[in-house]
Amino acid sequence: MKSVYAENRTEYYTDICVIGAGHAGCEAALACARLGFETVIFTVSIESIALMPCNPNIGGTSKGHLVRELDALGGEMGRNIDRTFIQSRMLNASKGPAVHSLRAQADKSEYSRSMRKILENTDNLYIRQGEICEILTEETKDLKTKSVTGVKTFNGTVYHCRAVILASGTYLNARCLCGEAITYTGPNGLQAATHLSSSLTDIGVKLRRFKTGTPARMDARSLDFSKMEEQKGDDPVVPFSYSTDPDSIQKEQVSCYLTYTNEKTHEIIRANLDRSPIYAGVIEGTGPRYCPSIEDKVVKFADKDRHQIFIEPEGLYTNEMYLSGMSSSLPEDVQIQMYRTLPGLENCHMVRNAYAIEYDCLCPGQLKLSLELREVSGLFCAGQFNGSSGYEEAAAQGLIAGINASLKLKGREPVILDRSQAYIGVLIDDLVTKENNEPYRMMTSRAEYRLILRQDNADLRLRGIGYEVGLVSKEDYEKTLKKASQIRDEIERLSSLSIGGKASVQEYLEKYGSAPLKTAFTLAELMCRPELDYEKLAELDPDRPDLPKDVIEQVETEIKYRGYIDRQNSQIEDFRKNEKKKIPYDIDYDDVESLRIEARQKLKTFRPDNIGQASRISGVSPSDIAVLLVYLKKLNDGK
Amino acid sequence: MNNDTIASISTALSESGIGIIRISGPDAISIADRIYTDKKGTHNLKSYRSHTIHYGFIVNVFGEIIDEIMISIMKAPNSYTKEDVVEINCHGGVRVCRNILDTVLSTGARLADPGEFTKRAFLNGRLDLTRAEAVMDIIRANSDIALDQSVKQLRGDLYSLLNNICSDILYEIAHIEAVLDDPDSYDISDYGDELSAKIDNISENLTTLIRSYDEGRILSEGIRTSILGNPNAGKSSLMNLLYGENRAIVTDIPGTTRDTLTETIRLGDVTIILTDTAGIRETTDKIEQIGVNKAIDSARESDLIIYVTDASSDSETIDGSLTELLKNTKLILLLNKSDLTLTDNRTDHSEEMIRAFEEKGIIPDRILSTSMITRAGIEELKSAIKEMFYKGDLSGDHRITITNLRHVECLKEALASLYKVKESIASGVSEDLYCIDLTDAYRSLAHITGAEVSEDIVNEIFSRFCMGK
Repeated sequence: MKSVYAENRTEYYTDICVIGAGHAGCEAALACARLGFETVIFTVSIESIALMPCNPNIGGTSKGHLVRELDALGGEMGRNIDRTFIQSRMLNASKGPAVHSLRAQADKSEYSRSMRKILENTDNLYIRQGEICEILTEETKDLKTKSVTGVKTFNGTVYHCRAVILASGTYLNARCLCGEAITYTGPNGLQAATHLSSSLTDIGVKLRRFKTGTPARMDARSLDFSKMEEQKGDDPVVPFSYSTDPDSIQKEQVSCYLTYTNEKTHEIIRANLDRSPIYAGVIEGTGPRYCPSIEDKVVKFADKDRHQIFIEPEGLYTNEMYLSGMSSSLPEDVQIQMYRTLPGLENCHMVRNAYAIEYDCLCPGQLKLSLELREVSGLFCAGQFNGSSGYEEAAAQGLIAGINASLKLKGREPVILDRSQAYIGVLIDDLVTKENNEPYRMMTSRAEYRLILRQDNADLRLRGIGYEVGLVSKEDYEKTLKKASQIRDEIERLSSLSIGGKASVQEYLEKYGSAPLKTAFTLAELMCRPELDYEKLAELDPDRPDLPKDVIEQVETEIKYRGYIDRQNSQIEDFRKNEKKKIPYDIDYDDVESLRIEARQKLKTFRPDNIGQASRISGVSPSDIAVLLVYLKKLNDGK
Repeated sequence: MNNDTIASISTALSESGIGIIRISGPDAISIADRIYTDKKGTHNLKSYRSHTIHYGFIVNVFGEIIDEIMISIMKAPNSYTKEDVVEINCHGGVRVCRNILDTVLSTGARLADPGEFTKRAFLNGRLDLTRAEAVMDIIRANSDIALDQSVKQLRGDLYSLLNNICSDILYEIAHIEAVLDDPDSYDISDYGDELSAKIDNISENLTTLIRSYDEGRILSEGIRTSILGNPNAGKSSLMNLLYGENRAIVTDIPGTTRDTLTETIRLGDVTIILTDTAGIRETTDKIEQIGVNKAIDSARESDLIIYVTDASSDSETIDGSLTELLKNTKLILLLNKSDLTLTDNRTDHSEEMIRAFEEKGIIPDRILSTSMITRAGIEELKSAIKEMFYKGDLSGDHRITITNLRHVECLKEALASLYKVKESIASGVSEDLYCIDLTDAYRSLAHITGAEVSEDIVNEIFSRFCMGK
């Protein structure tokens, strides 16, 4: 790295600086370095690289999709969890393929160590421990916006660079609360970052305050697992990453356990509500509804006489167990009382108490879909700082921010995934376009086209983009191309191979309780019958080619769900029309007089990139969109 | 270029004159061809030259003739929208126009959005750029009117029925989504049968609503309204003003109307069956007495009485036989002939009149000052009737009816989506696929209620189901 010694300080010259080395920061830094840019990643503590300060798992419903997509684009999270998982399950396996979701329990410290090793051994990438206090900017030539020029550490060292990726997680002005006890620290007692917020405010970035929390950890030796239900991993295990060989990861797995709260637990909570900082009004930040504290659950769902609590191991080399479903900000003495009411936890020893955390984060309406701030050129933002929640959501944004910062330096157009291409597209569009009042978590119900956005076809959807960007190797890309053509050919073959009602066929159908044929049917048509599938049809199809399992899986899904898939595809066609209609960046909404006032204000705040995005802003009606289309036509033709 | 075909009634909905149904878009001609037939029973609109007009009939899906019409063909790009445009000139009348439009819509066109023809004309380059502002204003104005009507038409009972349907559907979506999102906490094995029964129930409610429109209940069962008052108070003049033509004989000789006259009129989407009655007074004239009795009978069957008094006269009386009737029926009191009290320096007896009513214990729901000569107060009267109707004070029919075509289209879409859910359940596919069509159904209804679909679903999940790690 080029450096000069200025008066009383060192000044470095590099390409890209990444602030924060959590899940977003790691993906961002790796993407930038792998795309050939000299990158420095800053963290307040090198031990906390890729730290999992809350739940000990990666994936889960819809989050598993994010990891698969990130992997297809060339991110690291999928490979890293494949290296470090200790239990893995495919959730919703009995449901349709669109909602199958992979979730793996991680060995937390291994996960972190393995990611650190990757970072340390990536060319072009430098790790630096230290707190960034200031974002350096200059006015752009038109004087309308600013442009980022570097960052400054608490020690006074300046790093000049061309792009900055801000992924500060929950560290900005963080404060942790456990009952009356308040500490001004980041997660896990780590040092908070207390200077950057004001630097951001100074350059015109609007911040807000969010809240989240984490449950307690127990000493496994003090728990009686015989009183709980055991939950084992799947056999065989399916990897997250498309580049992981499934055979290489089959191993002995550890179990999770299930226990329940009861009326006694709830009594203790109700009796001590006045000591909860949330109910006492000490916490002002908005908390997430999807990860409510146990206090919230007891108050809001008073009719439920018990709540599920999962006891999950934090790793192979620790006795710490995570109490999933029981996050709380009640004082420590109340916590221990309530835990001891749970079957199997009567004598529990608490290693870490549950706490709530409050932090500064961005009002993400200031971002473009590329995750670059509209008003500060070259400053990209990702992860929990953008108001999301979850490791996977963070990593996905980190990767996109890293890719787009790199593409900007290359003078190329950013990668913007739309809602019909990826969960990542849904995630970023929702963050940037909608007004969220709580940390945003991905959910399958948020994806309109989820039948198309399956976790099993993320490679088919996104490998090409990863390859074009430069994060996916030619070899990996060609593998995907081959898979795609095998799928196409096999669907074609099954759709054209017709069989008649020969006696042997009718006999076969009777065996599977399927109606006899009156006319000739193609194999594809037969496959649509719920009682039949690809494997069973082997008998009628002796000359079928020998195909890999993942190809067969795709063929089966595409054929069996064809009706639904075709419908979603035609919806997507309509959707894309509006996404293609770009709105010029410098549009003056005050000039569009027929817009309703509410719509005009919203459009001015969010400055959507295209008509589709504009139509998703709450408060913008279809007639406002019609008005806008007329205005754009006038603008374009008038030029 | 748009690739869907839109249609709407482009003349004002009224009971008289002619009506025009306009269709625009790539399928305009083929859609029209499917519902058009000429005298000989042959037709091929596609082969007809542009800008020609043809005599024939519109037939519905059952092959029945709806109306005798003239149909004009204007081929792209030489039309208002620069798309293929077909205009059907029919015999006017709300029922006929709506019937034809319904047929067009069920043959593949979509109901046009407010101002959409103009929008297309502009976007397709038919109007020059200087017209952009005007076009935007037209879109804005039309959609404001549509919105205004739409919201007002959601009368209390209709609104709550729709809301119940919406929240039922929303709950089912959230239920399935909650299970998919948190499979460790919730289970929905064997949920199909339960959902199927619920959907039958919801579909039945939707069907009832749709049928209420098809049957046009609101037209045949409008608000029965009687105009009462002393002779020569201005009742017939009011009837004429509201009906829009000189239907009743009007002179200044008291007692000209000796029988009752009934007409159906429409105020926007409110239908009123208006009955003009003989002036009520003590009379020795046998024929006039019959008229008076008829007036009282008519008033007894009315949902609303408009009582007209002459505010310039000091000889107004309230017939004793009417007291109970006026107390128990919705009542609008008109203090008429304001032109005379204002300009002819005649004494205004309004105060005395109101007091006379109060003394008998009659409290009118509305009191308005009017003049049949200057038309003062007539618009206020119309608004008052509409307002009373929308607030649910007045009900001509005692069932919930839907009157807005846009609403019906949405309801039909929702019903079709629910039907698909049933198909999915029957075919044994996994529960997550039910959500696709359930959500479509909810989205269709959200067009009426203005709900925000994805937010509603997420909110419902969190408020009804205890989620989370």
